[in-house]
Amino acid sequence: MSTTATPTNTKWWNGGRSPFNASYGKVMMWYFLMSDAFTFGAFLISYGTIRFSQNHWVDPNHVFNSFPFAGHANLPLAFVSLMTFILIFSSVTMVLAVHEGHNMNRKGVEKYMILTIIGGIAFLSCQAWEWTHMLTGQHEVLVNGQIELWNTTVSHNPFGPEVMFNGKEVATPGPIAFGSYFFEITGFHGFHVFSGVIINIVMYIKTKMGHFDQRGHYEMIEKAGLYWHFVDLVWVFVFLCFYLI
Amino acid sequence: MSAHSASPEITFHADHSGGTKKIWRTFWLLSVITVIELAIGLAIYNIHKGEAPNHTLVLMFKGVVCILTLAKAYYIVSIFMHLGDEIRNMIMTIVVPLCLFIWFIIAFLWDGNSWKNLRNTDAGSREYKTEQVAKPAAIEKGAKD
Repeated sequence: MSTTATPTNTKWWNGGRSPFNASYGKVMMWYFLMSDAFTFGAFLISYGTIRFSQNHWVDPNHVFNSFPFAGHANLPLAFVSLMTFILIFSSVTMVLAVHEGHNMNRKGVEKYMILTIIGGIAFLSCQAWEWTHMLTGQHEVLVNGQIELWNTTVSHNPFGPEVMFNGKEVATPGPIAFGSYFFEITGFHGFHVFSGVIINIVMYIKTKMGHFDQRGHYEMIEKAGLYWHFVDLVWVFVFLCFYLI
Repeated sequence: MSAHSASPEITFHADHSGGTKKIWRTFWLLSVITVIELAIGLAIYNIHKGEAPNHTLVLMFKGVVCILTLAKAYYIVSIFMHLGDEIRNMIMTIVVPLCLFIWFIIAFLWDGNSWKNLRNTDAGSREYKTEQVAKPAAIEKGAKD
């Protein structure tokens, strides 16, 4: 890991040097990520506002309770924890790639970039399965006095409050904002993961071609790493807002 | 060889000679926090399943999960993104603007809650009651928010 020893009397703001002790590209990457944090923050806060305004919201443990190849087994939180661990692990391989870059070890960077890319693709595959499951899985809903089979989409939410109908508990339509926000926010996050994977593939190719060795530093890996960690950071909050609370 | 030999803007170069121990320690820390969060999530699930769920307890658990998530965010930003290793100027230029979130979250969740209260009391003209559940399904289908 890195530590920077700086004398206390350095005149940071007198010009001639970066007041942030970082290259232009890295500072701008941080500012971009900060603005992106506000974009995601605005999405999640607007979701929270609508959720606070409703008397009833869906129970995430009831909606997200399935696992691939497990049939109708009730496994709340299982699949999403798998996705979370995939993303945390790919974050670790990314930070290890950055570490190898600091040591100018090209083989090490290549190895960890490949692992990071695989982690990203695994996460996207999980998300594709989850979306397919939600968009095609049918649930009984009581609409206008009769039972209908609904998928979870941006216009249909079959997880509303339950009422008694013909001697059994049946769900009524829930707030449609649930589907809209779920697909909007996980979709926007998934798009970030997708572009992160593309960036990482480009970085892998550039490493393989020896561009960073010629340049004398692996700072591009660091910047790609910042973006990748940010994607993980956003997932931590998406995980909190949609699956845990 | 220094990793930043080509960047003249940087006054003091970081020392990257350390090992990967700190990275792995952070990984285990994040994993343990996630497992605790999942355990709390399952606890909330079981409380909801039982007779007469204790809403104060659920709210408390949700608060704990939020705090644990903030701890995770801190470790990702500070260790994985190396912000903790930057100089103070750099840390402040990122962290200070993010303080806007404090206002952002409080103001908008407050607004959402007030919206619910207004609807449940018809803007204060009747007693508080949540009649959404009692409405026929047809009307509820049309109620879009």
